[in-house]
Amino acid sequence: MAHAPTNPLIAPGVHRYSRSQAYAKKALFKKAKQVAPAKAAAPATTKTVQVGGAKNNQTREVPLVKAPRFYAAEDAPVPKKSRKAPRPVSLRASITPGTVLIVLSGKYRGKRVVFLKQLESGLLLVTGPHKVNGVPIRRVNQAYVIATSTKIDISGVNTEKFTDAYFKRDKVEKKKATEEALFEAGQKKPVDASRVQDQREVDKAILATLKKDRILRGYLNASFALSRGQFPHLMKF
Amino acid sequence: MVFSRFVEVGRVVLITYGPDAGKLAVVVDIIDHSRVIVDGPTTGVARQAISFKRATLTDLTISIPRTIGTPALKAQIEKQDLLGRWSKTAWAQKIAKREARAKLTDLDRFKLMVARKQRRAIVGKALGKIRKSK
Repeated sequence: MAHAPTNPLIAPGVHRYSRSQAYAKKALFKKAKQVAPAKAAAPATTKTVQVGGAKNNQTREVPLVKAPRFYAAEDAPVPKKSRKAPRPVSLRASITPGTVLIVLSGKYRGKRVVFLKQLESGLLLVTGPHKVNGVPIRRVNQAYVIATSTKIDISGVNTEKFTDAYFKRDKVEKKKATEEALFEAGQKKPVDASRVQDQREVDKAILATLKKDRILRGYLNASFALSRGQFPHLMKF
Repeated sequence: MVFSRFVEVGRVVLITYGPDAGKLAVVVDIIDHSRVIVDGPTTGVARQAISFKRATLTDLTISIPRTIGTPALKAQIEKQDLLGRWSKTAWAQKIAKREARAKLTDLDRFKLMVARKQRRAIVGKALGKIRKSK
């Protein structure tokens, strides 16, 4: 329990001791006095302008910013200010580097892929490896992924060069459609050689471990699907 | 059809509903035509009255006197090897199998699929040979 107040009220608003007595009792003289820092002078909002005319007093104070000539007849609604700041995305505890994930959406849905790391944007960097199941190094959202309990050793993989910027696409200026261009559109653009090289380098160490375990390789090659009587929320992964 | 599972003192029951679902217990006393007092000191079932809506009779019994105390019942269960006898029944093995299947991880399921494929290939081959020879 807190002790009794040193300066109790004898009537509402009236204290037992005077201000100086209370000062002595609290031994406030021992404390360093707090001095409020001098306030910086407010920036000027007006300026002095020379004016002609003998009766105009030569100078006049004029506001720096002119007041608007018109006011809105009705008050415009001001949008509510949001005080929420985006927080960094947390990674699910079941996902650690080397975890085998099942991709649930997108072009590669149903594929089992290897998790490499989480990028700054919160997206997950994964690889198939490409040679095993055709999934290249790409980013996936962890919401569209099932984490399995299987882990693959990826200590030999260097993922330093992969950032969100790495996946940024060059903006291609739109050209006016011509007959030629429309028919050319069906042709596939070849993959950049440097990307192929990056893919090869990352997959190298993973493929080495998969070579030792043929079942694991077959596992990554196989795609995931639910069959009759299987309910994902009741299953262990 | 002759009945072989009776509500009797010493009858082993499997609890199928409630917090003790899936546990074995032994009938210690009979209250009325639908309720009994059960106890399961080795399986974590507290001594309680239970309705047969929540339990099923098994084929197993142990010989005990009526209203036996919990420590004495525990000694009897261990002496008559109730859990060992239970684990040998087809019923217990079916439950164990179901639990083992539920515990499989994604990789285990894949391994199982591969193993079943291999078995199918071997059996199919042998069956084809027999068919041809006939």
